[in-house]
Amino acid sequence: MTTEERIKQFIVENFYVSDAAALTAETSLINGGWIDSTGMLEMVAFLEVEYAIQVSEEELVPENFETIARMVAYLDGKRAQKAPLR
Amino acid sequence: MCGIAGCVGLHAGAAPPAIEDLVAMAGALRHRGPDEFGLYRDARAGLAHTRLSIIDLATGQQPLSNEDGTLWIVFNGEIFNYLELREELVALGHRFRTRSDTEVIVHAWEAWGEGAFGRFNGQFAVALWDSLRGRLVLARDRLGVRPLYLAEHEGRVWFASEVKAIFAGAPGFHRELDPVGLAETFTFWTVVPPQSIFRGISELEPGHVRTWENGAWQDRAYWTPRYPAAPGEGFQGSLDEATERVGAALEQAVSLRMLRADVPVGSYLSGGLDSSLVAALGRRVKGDRFLTFSIRFEEAEYDETPFQRAVVDRIGSDHREVVVGRQGIAAVFPEVVAHAERPLLRTAAAPLFLLSRLVRDSGIKVVLTGEGADEMFAGYDLFREGKVRRFWGRRPGSSLRAGLLKRLYPWLARSPVAQRRMAEEFFGRSREQWAAPGFAHQTRWGPAAALQRLFTDDLRHQAGAVDVVGRLLATLPAAFPAWTPLAQDQYLECRTLLSGYLLASQGDRMLMANSVEGRFPFLDADVVELANALPPSHKLWGLDEKHVLKRAALGIVPDEVVRRAKQPYRAPDALSFVGADAPAWVGDAVSPEAVRRAGVFAVEGVDRLWRKCQASGGGPLSNADNMALVGVLSTGLLHEQLVRRAPERATGLRFQTSVDRLRDPHPGPGGIEDHAENRPT
Repeated sequence: MTTEERIKQFIVENFYVSDAAALTAETSLINGGWIDSTGMLEMVAFLEVEYAIQVSEEELVPENFETIARMVAYLDGKRAQKAPLR
Repeated sequence: MCGIAGCVGLHAGAAPPAIEDLVAMAGALRHRGPDEFGLYRDARAGLAHTRLSIIDLATGQQPLSNEDGTLWIVFNGEIFNYLELREELVALGHRFRTRSDTEVIVHAWEAWGEGAFGRFNGQFAVALWDSLRGRLVLARDRLGVRPLYLAEHEGRVWFASEVKAIFAGAPGFHRELDPVGLAETFTFWTVVPPQSIFRGISELEPGHVRTWENGAWQDRAYWTPRYPAAPGEGFQGSLDEATERVGAALEQAVSLRMLRADVPVGSYLSGGLDSSLVAALGRRVKGDRFLTFSIRFEEAEYDETPFQRAVVDRIGSDHREVVVGRQGIAAVFPEVVAHAERPLLRTAAAPLFLLSRLVRDSGIKVVLTGEGADEMFAGYDLFREGKVRRFWGRRPGSSLRAGLLKRLYPWLARSPVAQRRMAEEFFGRSREQWAAPGFAHQTRWGPAAALQRLFTDDLRHQAGAVDVVGRLLATLPAAFPAWTPLAQDQYLECRTLLSGYLLASQGDRMLMANSVEGRFPFLDADVVELANALPPSHKLWGLDEKHVLKRAALGIVPDEVVRRAKQPYRAPDALSFVGADAPAWVGDAVSPEAVRRAGVFAVEGVDRLWRKCQASGGGPLSNADNMALVGVLSTGLLHEQLVRRAPERATGLRFQTSVDRLRDPHPGPGGIEDHAENRPT
């Protein structure tokens, strides 16, 4: 399962989406009303556990979470930061 | 208070109404008026009435007619200025044979036609049948305190105080939830009349009169809210003068509602400013024993007991309380939904159902409530929020202005950063469109509408045929753009949440469920006109809500009640329905079979929601999860109880008034034989 698919699966499950097909990588999650402010806490908690990352305060901006695609890009960035350490 | 119902053939020559149908309708409204039943029938029309007598004489029956028995009325409600109107009508040469406000309506209609309704200071739903002209007139009070629904079926119009009476009278009527009504509910938290939640049923709009004559309907607003539209319009006095005027108008409104009743009048008392003020003013009118009624909550988060006690100590009322918890809410929720006759997104109606039961069990039939103050004097957070968001929207890049959100919602300052950031995103959404109609309400309508993701594909497709927000905004009064932003927000609040939700689901229907009449001083015609005429700064002073009302309340209610932060009335929501203590009906309501049968929500979506709520282990749920679960359960209960289940058809009611022109063509005028002090309600 790709990162995109895994995130989508979480959203469908956690935010009880009936029509999963309506949710694409580019669906606007906050402005579209899919995820409210409490829901965003749930989203962040999921990403931190699932991908063993820490989301810093500076990173907590809508730009990183507004769509599934943005989240994937954000996670890719986090992985790239980690890589040189290995 | 009463229930009214009837059916009228749309064209002469239709079969006459069946007595059994009228009996079934009256039976379905028994809770609204358990004391007496009345009916009228001629070749074309039938009327039914259930009465809650507020005097102990067996008089004042309805239906009631004019002197020559050609004009018949059934009426639910009160015309508080009926004595003044009666004097006017007597001066015009009208002769009265009862002392009821019902008869005042009949003569007022004869004297002034549709203009009569605008003269009424009251809360009413009325049906007038002019048998000579074949004309049916249906009218409803200005803000929608009293309900009235209608439907056409097999060549007749059927109307009633509650939809269940139409279903009972016309069991062949196809019962189905309406896709657009569902879309409105999962946007505005309520349907917006004339839309109803049932397909084919229309709700008469507040302040409207609808007439059937010469084979056509006419629907007209006899009253609409007005606000100052230009400098120099509206109230021009100082804040001190406004305070004095508001205080005097309220005193008069309370006094009318205390004195124009022949039974003891009590008062609700939440511990907030509005009901405390009403109760304190009511106590002043009432010299002897005065009963007040409060809801207390087991959970401290919702409870307001200390404030209630402070008011009781101050005014010296005979106080009664009902303590409500999650289990109590879950136990009565099916009954609550059956009475509300619409999906609910919050459980707050349930404690009010338990409260009116306490009132009835205390032997009281009439209570004052503080409902309407938040709409008329700008009490809701939504108004303050709208002001901040517009201020921010005018300088969308300003972080200083965004910071005002923390003054508005102190919890934001204590929240995790993620939540704060997202809250800013949420409240700041589309802020550059701050001047657009409905801007302040976006933060309520958006999240509710997002729950439509739970709908089935089919329903989403059908509901999508109408853009419900666009439709509402397309029917705004012509003067709307000229009003101040606060007035615009107040108007939309009255049009949506007040009449559709607060006065219906939490008001009339919960009161009448236990045969209790509510009276609403803040919705008094003079109070409303005065409040609407005030400049916005008298109502919302900076971010201080209900400013002029607080000033008027000083010295009348305890200072701590005037100065306390506003606590929105809330009850434990979805948590009432999860956990080991949840009653069996909850499991049934979320079962795949029941969800599939109702056809509103997708089975997978409900399953995911249900598992999430259960997994919370009783811990707090987000606002969205709360609304979603309560909405799913209430919609399921509604479908089960009002759509799927065949309506009960009462038989064998004893009718105190029964005028049947088919059997006895010349009975003379009705309902006026023995009428010492009849005050039909």
